[in-house]
Amino acid sequence: MTPIDLANALGLQVANQGGGDVREVSGIYCGDLLSIVMSHAQADNVWITVMANVNTLAVAELTDVACVILSEGMSLDDSLMAKAKEQEICILQTDEPTFETALAVWKLLEQS
Amino acid sequence: MENTLTLRYEVDGEDFTRAGEASAAVKRALKKMGVSPEVVRKVAIALYEGEINMVIHADGGVITVEVTPKEVRMELADHGKGIENIELAMQEGYSTAPDEVRSLGFGAGMGLPNMKKCSDEMKIESTVGVGTTVTMTVYIQ
Repeated sequence: MTPIDLANALGLQVANQGGGDVREVSGIYCGDLLSIVMSHAQADNVWITVMANVNTLAVAELTDVACVILSEGMSLDDSLMAKAKEQEICILQTDEPTFETALAVWKLLEQS
Repeated sequence: MENTLTLRYEVDGEDFTRAGEASAAVKRALKKMGVSPEVVRKVAIALYEGEINMVIHADGGVITVEVTPKEVRMELADHGKGIENIELAMQEGYSTAPDEVRSLGFGAGMGLPNMKKCSDEMKIESTVGVGTTVTMTVYIQ
């Protein structure tokens, strides 16, 4: 399942597609403290966070996660969105809290 | 003679938005060279934490990365305020970062411990008022 499949199934907003139509998702990581996220998020994970700043993009690139889901209505500003496009990072958005989002993604991954 | 690739980056101390550029560039270079994903990940995390530290605490500095067939050696040198107590700074949770850095997702006292975890060798030399040099090595073989 790709991040775009996830977005379509769960009604998440696709803020930037990036590689979201080709990456295969494997597992979920939730966290906002970037040093911890860097240590534990795995490549191809869906990373769910409320942290929407330039460091989010750097950590997404370094950990090679399949996509970032910004929860709780968080979003990137225009300059960061341009950077996400340049780095081809898939950014999804939702108004739901992190836990509910993770649970919905988990159920979908279990079924697939 | 040993085959060595040397990469050098200047870290701008006033620009938080550019922190991570050096580690991303090194990551891409190592990937291209066919270095294993695990080594690439360790180097990228160690360097990014180091870059963030240089921006937060030291007004920037210079990163030099040497890649040999056996290892990746990284040197992060700055002329910042230095570390008063290295042992304390190495403890998880100890931080002197300002609040605005915390709101960006850092400053939880995990940087140096993370760097140590990701390296096979790490050395910190620091003189208060003069600067800090961190050297880290990640083995490829």
